[in-house]
Amino acid sequence: MKPVHTNFMELCFNARSENESFARVAVAAFLSQLDPTIEDLTDIKTVVSEAVTNSVIHGYEENPEGVILIRTEIEGTKICVQITDYGLGIEDVTEARQPLYTSKPELERSGMGFTIMENFMDEVMIHSKPGEGTTIQLVKQLTPQSQQSLVN
Amino acid sequence: MALHLDVKRSKNVLVARLDGELDHHTAAHVRKVIEEELNHEWVTHLVLNLEKLEFMDSSGLGVILGRYKRVTQMGGKMTICSVQPSIQRIMEMSGLFKILQMFQDESSAVSACGVAS
Repeated sequence: MKPVHTNFMELCFNARSENESFARVAVAAFLSQLDPTIEDLTDIKTVVSEAVTNSVIHGYEENPEGVILIRTEIEGTKICVQITDYGLGIEDVTEARQPLYTSKPELERSGMGFTIMENFMDEVMIHSKPGEGTTIQLVKQLTPQSQQSLVN
Repeated sequence: MALHLDVKRSKNVLVARLDGELDHHTAAHVRKVIEEELNHEWVTHLVLNLEKLEFMDSSGLGVILGRYKRVTQMGGKMTICSVQPSIQRIMEMSGLFKILQMFQDESSAVSACGVAS
């Protein structure tokens, strides 16, 4: 039996808003080795952007000295992206997951971050401890290119 | 900056064309520029042309909803046009089209604001 192809990468960067685009582009570049569909790649870029933005705004309340860690793993055609911050953490995870819920309406947040993650990925796991930080784990089975025409 | 914003006037409609990526980082600039333009006395309505917008996340939804509230409070109308399929998806997911009308091109979006009348 052919062994399953595995690979991983890790990134560590400051919680600066300019790193939001860096993070999503870097993850997409790493996953390009799997020859993903444009739709899958856009979905992944969007969810990485959501999670990193949450860490910047909520985890560290825009303190740029905060540190964000991203680990991306490939296992065959399944990918797992883990975004970790060591910030404030989430008091009530169930409440945070509610569509349109935001703890910062004054910042014009739409409250759709977790809803988008749940819609675009197969699994969304949130591990958070107030005062210690948050890890978001996102899992997705990529669509094989050969099936793209059937989907569209 | 990974987002370029062009604004132009079409009678009492402010047309804003977004080019690039709209996320939390670039949202602040878009919000500031459009808010300043909305202060002009001649502005009643707002059209967002997203033809060249390549990426948007929920921060973009926040900016759009924020401007919608402002324009509606001013008694104006807001429409959007030329939305890329990937961006249309997150707009649909958020229920944005329940309140905002989308058009294929800029002239239809401007006309829909009632400029002809």
